[in-house]
Amino acid sequence: MTIEEFINKIESEIEEFPPGTLKPDTNPRELEQWSSMHALILIALIDSEYNVTISGEELIKCLTVNDLYNLVQSKLS
Amino acid sequence: MAFITIPNVTIKAISACVPKNTESNYDYDWITPEERALLVKTTGIEKRRVASENICTSDMCFEAAQKLIHDLSIDKNEIEVLVFVSQTVDYFLPATGIILQERLGLNKNTMAFDIMLGCSGYVYGLSVISTLISTGKFKKGLLLAGDKSTFSVSKKDKSTYPLFSDAGTATLIEYDEHAALMDFNLQSDGAGYKAIHIPEGGTRVRWNENTLKPIEIEKGIIRNKSNLWLDGVEVFNFSLREAAPNVQNLINYNNTTIDDYHYFIFHQANKLMNESIRKKLKLAPEKVPYSLKDFGNTSSASIPLTMVTQLQDKNLANHNFIFSAFGVGLSWASCAIKNTHIQLLPLLEI
Repeated sequence: MTIEEFINKIESEIEEFPPGTLKPDTNPRELEQWSSMHALILIALIDSEYNVTISGEELIKCLTVNDLYNLVQSKLS
Repeated sequence: MAFITIPNVTIKAISACVPKNTESNYDYDWITPEERALLVKTTGIEKRRVASENICTSDMCFEAAQKLIHDLSIDKNEIEVLVFVSQTVDYFLPATGIILQERLGLNKNTMAFDIMLGCSGYVYGLSVISTLISTGKFKKGLLLAGDKSTFSVSKKDKSTYPLFSDAGTATLIEYDEHAALMDFNLQSDGAGYKAIHIPEGGTRVRWNENTLKPIEIEKGIIRNKSNLWLDGVEVFNFSLREAAPNVQNLINYNNTTIDDYHYFIFHQANKLMNESIRKKLKLAPEKVPYSLKDFGNTSSASIPLTMVTQLQDKNLANHNFIFSAFGVGLSWASCAIKNTHIQLLPLLEI
């Protein structure tokens, strides 16, 4: 999985993040449309797509999409 | 793992009662209209029932039980055990189940007590009352399960207020030598007790001068320490991790397959969580009814309430069910009920 594929997956599954919204250095929490509900939506998506569990603490430490991607990658390997 | 198999017990009928008073999440003006739309889409919860100050969980369970006794023409002397499952009791003491024994006009020979569990409570309560009835010493039993969760949620907490709803239910259980075996898988993890809890007002931390002081956790979440505290992400991860394997292990234990069951009735937490669990178990949507849209998360009432509101018009003769519940404790459980002839009474409102 590349970071582009990771971003495409999020943008195709989460309606509030249409294609082109996310870049590797985007902090999703700073987006106007971000809601705390998106934390759960992201966790559910990552669980179903990659069979990877992200804890609340781990998610808070991810400041950018790239951080989240690296976290998922580290749990996949 | 705590697997139990119980012979000679059948679920005869289920009745449920909710407050008339209805709130819509579209009117929840503590958050923006955009957040409201996302909330409804993600949780699947549009409406909730909110009990007024003078209605307790026991009142809703009482109405449900009265209706059940009346409509099935039950001889009250045959009800020899009453189990009340709730986390919103009338008083610290005595146990609410005992008060209900007298209110319902049951015999003084009735064994009555409370079980303090929430989301998982219906399945746990069913395992306890069924074990007792299975001994052959009790003809019939009443399992009364419900909660007035709106009692403790802060209106300024977007992570709890729009989820919870009130309901009380009654289930009639009977000794029956021809009944199919009931199988249970019951689990607990106290390490997660803080994921859903009310921090103060018990004996660990008494009520004090700061208990009612509002605390801002983050934008849109203001609670005090008599309110329900929910760590949404932790509870979400717990349910994703534990609910599906608990059901799968039960099915392995009793040598059945997913296809042997007509319906899977899950605790109604929220749509995102429940759908994730449904997909993990590869269940067809038509096998998994929801009452979330109109009744939200009703804690221990959610499984019987879903039966009453979603399966009322179905012919349930000889059906096989899985009930699965997960949440506060942390506590989770599932059970397999086979060849049922459950009578579902129409929903009551008070």
